Amino acid sequence: MRPDVVRVIRPILIVAVSLVVAWFLLGGTQQFMNFLTLGAIYALIALGYTMVYGIVELINFAHGDLFMFGAFVAMWILTVPLGMTGAVDDPIRLIVILVVVMLPTMIFMGLLGTFIERFAYRPLRHAPRLAPLITAIGVSFILQNVIYVLFGPSPVTVPQVFPLTRFDFLGGKVSYLSLFMVGVAIFLMIALQLFVSRTRLGRAMRSTAQDREAAELMGVDINQTIAITFFLAAALAGAGGTIQGLYFGSVQFNLGFYVGLKAFTAAVLGGIGNTTGAALGGFIIAFIEVLATQLGYSRWSEVAVFSVLILVLVFRPSGILGQQLGERA
Amino acid sequence: MTARAGAAPGTNRGGFRAMRDRVSALAAGHRSTTIIVGWIIVATALPLLMLLPPFSTFQNQKLWIDGFANAGVFILLALGLNMVVGFAGLLDLGYAAFYAIGAYTYALAASPTLPWISLHVPFWPMLLVGAAVAAMFGILLGAPTLRLRGDYLAIVTLGFGEIVPAVFLNADKITNGTNGIGGVYKPDLLGYQFTLGNPLPYYIAMVAIIAVVMIFVYRLQDSRLGRAWMAVREDELAAASSGVNTVTTKLLAFALGASTAGLAGVFTAAKLTLVSPDQFSFAVSFTILAMVVLGGMGNVWGVAIGAFILYTIQSVVLKQLNPFFGEKGLNVPFLKDIDFVQYQFLLYGLALVLMMLLRPEGLFPSSRRKRELHTEQDENVGDELGPDPSSTPMEQT
Repeated sequence: MRPDVVRVIRPILIVAVSLVVAWFLLGGTQQFMNFLTLGAIYALIALGYTMVYGIVELINFAHGDLFMFGAFVAMWILTVPLGMTGAVDDPIRLIVILVVVMLPTMIFMGLLGTFIERFAYRPLRHAPRLAPLITAIGVSFILQNVIYVLFGPSPVTVPQVFPLTRFDFLGGKVSYLSLFMVGVAIFLMIALQLFVSRTRLGRAMRSTAQDREAAELMGVDINQTIAITFFLAAALAGAGGTIQGLYFGSVQFNLGFYVGLKAFTAAVLGGIGNTTGAALGGFIIAFIEVLATQLGYSRWSEVAVFSVLILVLVFRPSGILGQQLGERA
Repeated sequence: MTARAGAAPGTNRGGFRAMRDRVSALAAGHRSTTIIVGWIIVATALPLLMLLPPFSTFQNQKLWIDGFANAGVFILLALGLNMVVGFAGLLDLGYAAFYAIGAYTYALAASPTLPWISLHVPFWPMLLVGAAVAAMFGILLGAPTLRLRGDYLAIVTLGFGEIVPAVFLNADKITNGTNGIGGVYKPDLLGYQFTLGNPLPYYIAMVAIIAVVMIFVYRLQDSRLGRAWMAVREDELAAASSGVNTVTTKLLAFALGASTAGLAGVFTAAKLTLVSPDQFSFAVSFTILAMVVLGGMGNVWGVAIGAFILYTIQSVVLKQLNPFFGEKGLNVPFLKDIDFVQYQFLLYGLALVLMMLLRPEGLFPSSRRKRELHTEQDENVGDELGPDPSSTPMEQT
């Protein structure tokens, strides 16, 4: 066979086989769909971590809270301007509503991410390395508590615009909601991949991640590139937040912390700085978590996730697909 | 970075400068004595100062002393983390794990409420045991992971910091799970029983522990080991080729840092008489790291002051802004109507961001770092977590 055909077919085969194995290990469709949805959310957030780390070497601790913030923005758009309360049965109207919720959320979050970068991280770009880490922690506190002040401490319900119709698939029920969520997430990931690998701005991002000074000498506008990276990262977090809200039906101000931590773990697991790795890591983390729940050890799922992280790093310190986007970790 | 940060201080202040030089020369010659005298002065002055307004309007003296004793726990933790992050340059994001281990060690050895065991080991020996157990876990975590570079090590420690409280939470047959271990015995000294109502003995004990740890830390810093830590921090490869055993050096940093957290843990367990998993969340690791960075990494006194300031802001000032601006306090027209309790963490986050933006190198950068900032001018100045990654050959793994 021609080598480029092999290059396309091999990953598809690997993914297909892993999905089948995952389906069997998780004991059927029910948990399998849980795994896919959770994995999609983690992957979207992990992409943000990995992009930001790849380009400025900052563990953006506020990223999980951007995700939470996005979930609240989406919830607000659904409830206040759109006035949604229940399911929308007309599919065309539903799609319009989802676009009207998701796009503004992503754009708003992207702008917020750029704003944060401009005022909390950029002034510290040449400061000691831990300084931006601390401001990131501060920003995380601020985001959380802005939501806390605005919406209060208890979970807020997100209107379920999706009708709860399901169809049978391999002995289990699959809701259109989760299928849609996974589809959107995968679409965004592919779009990001194409953006990074094919466009001029994507090339600027990759070169900045590899060697900022050299990129600058070649005429790359570093500030603009970094701002765009933060925009994309935060926009993806916003998309993840929208999915989270629609899928789980409620959002809370402290939601971002653990999800963020796990997504970050996913980014490291996949090899930080590597966008494919982040997506892969997201699904692996979700798999471990759902498997632990399936086996009746849901309380230990966190321990399992972090233990796997430690083991992977001990035996393969650069992560599963490490070191494609710069060698900076 | 400002090149003037390390410029010669006050060249035109004649008499004052001469006196200050004489005092600092004396202090440099007798550092341990200075620490003891310094702490005696600080420890006596603080409670007395709190009798005066505006401090007395915040809360009464007893509460202040209680707060100071709790702040002492964080000073201790910051001193310990400073050894790991500031001296050896190993970023530890799960430091609260060792704090938890210390606390649970004491709680398991001195509580009547456990379902499976009921011991009463006295507090003072347990201080050392708690430190030793924490150090052991430090080595256990460090041994397989210390070959990781920079931020990867940070992630592993972060994972460890999540695992430890989760284990304490889930192993409920041993640790009572979410409820935690209550009724932990309070310390007693030569027949004198510490009580919950009187924070003064805890305060004095805390100051004594901090003073001892500080002497220890200062001596370590100038010892062969301390110099090895700094060599590893600046350039691991160069340190290794100069004959520094980097593995032992890093392991000792982890172990000694962990043991300090263990001390703090035992003390907290005995003071609160309750340990529960939620006291050791990621937020605690965060806070300690912020204290170290804010105080000025590598500078022992700076870190202690940073811890004190941040703790006071977080747990006293922000909680007391209402009475302060309110009708009994300054009675500021607009500010007295704001419910600051609601905004306390928001303000805390803002404070963290602003302090870092204004002084990225910390409030009191160590003299060594000041010199670094003074001489080097390129963009990698102050990369204290090891060598500049782009100029170092990749470690083969």
